[in-house]
Amino acid sequence: MFEIFGIPSNALFSQLLIGLINGSFYALLSLGLAVIFGMLNIINFTHGAQYMMGAFAAFLLLNNTGLGYWGALIVAPILVGIFGIIIERTMLQWLYKLDHLYGLLLTFGLALIIEGIARNYYGSAGLPYAMPEALVGGYDLGFMRLPIYRAWVVVASLTICLGTWFVIERTRLGANLRAATENPTLVRAFGINVPRMITLTYGFGVALAAFAGVMAAPIYNVSPQMGSDLIIVVFAVVVIGGMGSIMGAIVTGFGLGVIEGLTKVFFPEASNTVIFVIMAIVLLIRPAGLFGRTV
Amino acid sequence: MNKTFAAAALATVLMCATSHAQQINVKIGVLTDMNSLYADDTGPGSVAAAKMAAADFMKDHPNVKVEVITGDHQNKADLGVNIANQWFDVEKVDMIVDVPNSGVALAISQVAVQKNKVFVGSGPASSDLTGPKCNANNVQWTYDTWMLANGTGKAIVKTGGDTWFFLTSDYAFGYALERDTAAVVEANGGKVLGKVRHPINTNDFSSFLLQAQASKAKVIGLANAGGDTINAIKQAAEFGIVKGGQKLAGLLVFAGDVAALGLPTAQGLTFTETFYWDMNDQTRAWTKRWHEVRGVMDKWPTMNHAGVYAGTLHYLKARLALGAGEVDGKTIVAKMKELPTDDILFGKGTIRADGRKIHPAYLFEVKKPEESKYPGDFYHLRATIPAAEAFRPLKDGGCPLVSG
Repeated sequence: MFEIFGIPSNALFSQLLIGLINGSFYALLSLGLAVIFGMLNIINFTHGAQYMMGAFAAFLLLNNTGLGYWGALIVAPILVGIFGIIIERTMLQWLYKLDHLYGLLLTFGLALIIEGIARNYYGSAGLPYAMPEALVGGYDLGFMRLPIYRAWVVVASLTICLGTWFVIERTRLGANLRAATENPTLVRAFGINVPRMITLTYGFGVALAAFAGVMAAPIYNVSPQMGSDLIIVVFAVVVIGGMGSIMGAIVTGFGLGVIEGLTKVFFPEASNTVIFVIMAIVLLIRPAGLFGRTV
Repeated sequence: MNKTFAAAALATVLMCATSHAQQINVKIGVLTDMNSLYADDTGPGSVAAAKMAAADFMKDHPNVKVEVITGDHQNKADLGVNIANQWFDVEKVDMIVDVPNSGVALAISQVAVQKNKVFVGSGPASSDLTGPKCNANNVQWTYDTWMLANGTGKAIVKTGGDTWFFLTSDYAFGYALERDTAAVVEANGGKVLGKVRHPINTNDFSSFLLQAQASKAKVIGLANAGGDTINAIKQAAEFGIVKGGQKLAGLLVFAGDVAALGLPTAQGLTFTETFYWDMNDQTRAWTKRWHEVRGVMDKWPTMNHAGVYAGTLHYLKARLALGAGEVDGKTIVAKMKELPTDDILFGKGTIRADGRKIHPAYLFEVKKPEESKYPGDFYHLRATIPAAEAFRPLKDGGCPLVSG
């Protein structure tokens, strides 16, 4: 064992790994935000509440229908995605042509309402959600014990993130989608139903948030405010990565997770501030974000 | 003849009514956290408890009219002070009760002094409220950091947990809890190996837990509360901390936190409280009523809720004893200290010169899932700490009200 800056190498490696795991959540959530902003130009402040809804849906499915974690991983995002589609159809679609601020205010208000309702019925302390049997336990890596569940989180998050990136950047569907954002009228002239595509994109972005929520349920406290605690950090991640940049969201998500993890070793008190310090620096040097295109 | 008789009777009744039972009006403000991290431990449940105390007292004393109003301080000291000022000046509130969050409570206790009203702090934890910051308008009812540290810390050191590592919430309450616990650990021959201070409302504790694990301390003391405690315990299970031979000590845990963790995760956790809903027939009957007033069946009253009920009731007793007319806050608190306390939730007790309410404390251990027979069946009672030993000795607090 050797030391780096007075920290034993074992501790350092384990913190790097932990950072990567937390980065998985940041990446999943900021991916959804980036998709929604990139394609719809909506700053989706409801994202945290939708993440919370995913976790609550998992809890309710388990307790009312007996559907366990694996089922919830599929069903909860679909349910919450449908909820997102309803929101898009009834409210958001009228705001695309207006300033970003209107979408932000609407989604922020919705987030407060959803959180308030959840708190009214379930209180603020939180709900229990057990880990699926198959993922209990851990691997001994020598320098730390890696819980199986955390390993699963990293794998699942990477798969989803890269899959989404591939679909949007490398397939025909993604090409249509990006074209529709640039010039909806022209794309419509090719016979493509643009409004429906936009609606489904929003539904997908929301489903991603809910997916992250189900992933979080066994390890984080499932409470109404779980989303609002996280959403601010995730927004900072998106801003650093570059608003609307898919790859930017993924890379910064993981990267900031690691930086935050290291801060927890060297200067724990600053661990919830470090991301915002980075955000301020990035905004000063590259206002469009690390991966953003300057308009 | 009949008429004369009737008039005489009426006059007599009127005379009796005015001379015998002069109406006393009391207004009580429940200042609490209605929406955030402490809302289940206090919040609407505290409002229900205050209303129950008011209703019970009015039933026995029809000449006292008690009104209960509610405010949400949102865990912000400035907002809490604004509400308290408005209540005392405009709304004519006589007493403020509950006030979770030590930061807000320390500010409110100053307002109570300035306006010469009463503050019954059943929610705040900091032992400074009856220590250096004590005053003559203030009673701290339910618990404090010294009591938590003494109860849990001593018990764990005595069963062999003599090396500690703290995960501490990075604000006044966390510091107080860490300080008081470390003192108890060291006084009993234990050693503190290290600590890490995490920001309040931390989502992921894995980094901190790994540091605690690396310290090789036998006990990891959680000097935090609410969601932070829940997250830390949930994630400690994942990293195999308890299986690896280290023990978790939740220094402030409420029944609601146990419910949020679920028994499979929370089992074996040891901590100190001054009330448990399932202690005896009286507390069970009270809890049944509390459920009805609160309007939910799947929440359990915490020691804070019990403190609001008992504190309000004792305040009303003292207020009644002083008779009708204007009575200032200091006089009422002096009366509260003079009268012995007696209620169905905490039993018989006293209030000390420094404002500290004295009652027994209990060391509980969370049951295994298979031992829990019905909803809310959470704890084994492991030890009872007698009232005389449960709280910091009067002379050690540094309260200016205590002479000598």
